[in-house]
Amino acid sequence: MDPIIIIGAGQAGVQIAESLRQEHYSGPILLLGAEAHGPYNRPPLSKKWLLERHDPAQLAIRSVEAIRRREIDLQLHCEVTAIDRAQHSVHLADGRTLRYAGLAITTGARVRLLPGPALRGVFGVRTLDDAQALAAAFEECVARAAPLVVIGGGFIGLEVAATARKRGLEVIVLEGLGRLMSRVVAPIVSDAAARVHERHGVQLKFDMKVEGLIGVDGQVSAVRTAGGIEYPAGCVVVGIGVIPEDRLALAAGLACERGILVDACARTSDPLIVAAGDCTARRLADGTLLRLESVHNAIEQGKSAAAALLGRERPFTATPWFWSDQYDVKLQMVGLSHGYDQIITRGDLDKPAFSAFYYRAERLIAVDSLSRIGDHMLARKLLDNGLSPLPAQAADPAFELASLLRPSAA
Amino acid sequence: MPRVICTDATGHTTTLEMRAGWSVMQMAIEQQLAGIEAVCGGMLACATCHCYVDPEWIARLPPPSEDELQMLENVAAERRGGSRLSCQIYIDESLDGLPIQIPDRQV
Repeated sequence: MDPIIIIGAGQAGVQIAESLRQEHYSGPILLLGAEAHGPYNRPPLSKKWLLERHDPAQLAIRSVEAIRRREIDLQLHCEVTAIDRAQHSVHLADGRTLRYAGLAITTGARVRLLPGPALRGVFGVRTLDDAQALAAAFEECVARAAPLVVIGGGFIGLEVAATARKRGLEVIVLEGLGRLMSRVVAPIVSDAAARVHERHGVQLKFDMKVEGLIGVDGQVSAVRTAGGIEYPAGCVVVGIGVIPEDRLALAAGLACERGILVDACARTSDPLIVAAGDCTARRLADGTLLRLESVHNAIEQGKSAAAALLGRERPFTATPWFWSDQYDVKLQMVGLSHGYDQIITRGDLDKPAFSAFYYRAERLIAVDSLSRIGDHMLARKLLDNGLSPLPAQAADPAFELASLLRPSAA
Repeated sequence: MPRVICTDATGHTTTLEMRAGWSVMQMAIEQQLAGIEAVCGGMLACATCHCYVDPEWIARLPPPSEDELQMLENVAAERRGGSRLSCQIYIDESLDGLPIQIPDRQV
């Protein structure tokens, strides 16, 4: 019996393997990981782990032994070089060719890098190896009193900036646009985050077009911007986004568009192949292309993908959620705020401890919360249940949002 | 090393042998204990590693943080006096044999 093969042993890949077992699939499962490490959680790499550097085994999504106990054949350090859809097989870098009964692609994404020759001291943050190398570079910077320059004021860049400040580094963030996290949050949230970072001593530079990196003997020494300014750097973190890892799928002729195109059930354009997680994109009914890069998406799409491999439909309909930790501020987001026409805030903007409620045509579509965990958790329930507080209710601190979830409110 | 005695919603019991510096959630995930999801990997962002600490033992644990208390307001299963997020529970020898119950659902 040919196995179900899963390419990529990250969050989505592990979820598919485990969901297959939960759904009582008893056939062989081959889970192929490109890295040397067993499956691990990536979110702490730019946050808690980078600061504390505890035992990497504590990052495990599951231990390798626990996965193998469920008769999931996990193979690490295993690179897939091609998918042969006609033969229902995959080719591996070690020369093997393996046939599949069903195939799942969970190859994730890779860090977008700057053009130019590679220099030591320049990091993306995606893998455990990246984070380990960056943590070592932090120590060097501390010893030499050399600054960290972060290129990109998005989630990864800001999380690394916060961690570096906690470690005592001088930090400069160069953002290409006029505010932080502009792709995802409203200006009011960007501004609050900027105040927090400045309060912690980060130098934020906006509208900075990076022209290139300057190196001495192969080691980065400065970042040059279009204005001709050079920012000295002991090390550099590039946080300008990721590129969905869809090269195998593209080469195999699967439909791709900034990621492997999947439907709500995680099915690709080949009936034997599903895909889940950061490597995917979805075309919505209104024509927009939806790309989600999050743990929640990897897990939910993974569950959908496992069901699809077994011929069942389990569409991913939950409202997407995300989070970021910067200093003691917990930024939590639920829903997609794109296209909002009204924002209502609730809480204390200065502290900051507030939520931004995004409305479109008086209907709640998303909520961003800064250190307002209760708001976030309630917002997830409201949005999942298709409930929308009136803008006036959201604005009224005395109004109890939870009351909308009680049966009497229906 | 201290042990944690986990009983799931069906009454099945598993003993976790703890490791120094590991949270109960991390051990539970490593040992693939059913019923603990830990979607966020211990970042206090998901409330899917909810457990019930035995009422006789709960006062011996360091109290939950304000963030954890807020997350606990939104757990999927019933919230009880012993409700905690297992990612926030670290124990030493003095809590050897800590009994916890795993709720019937996390989402």
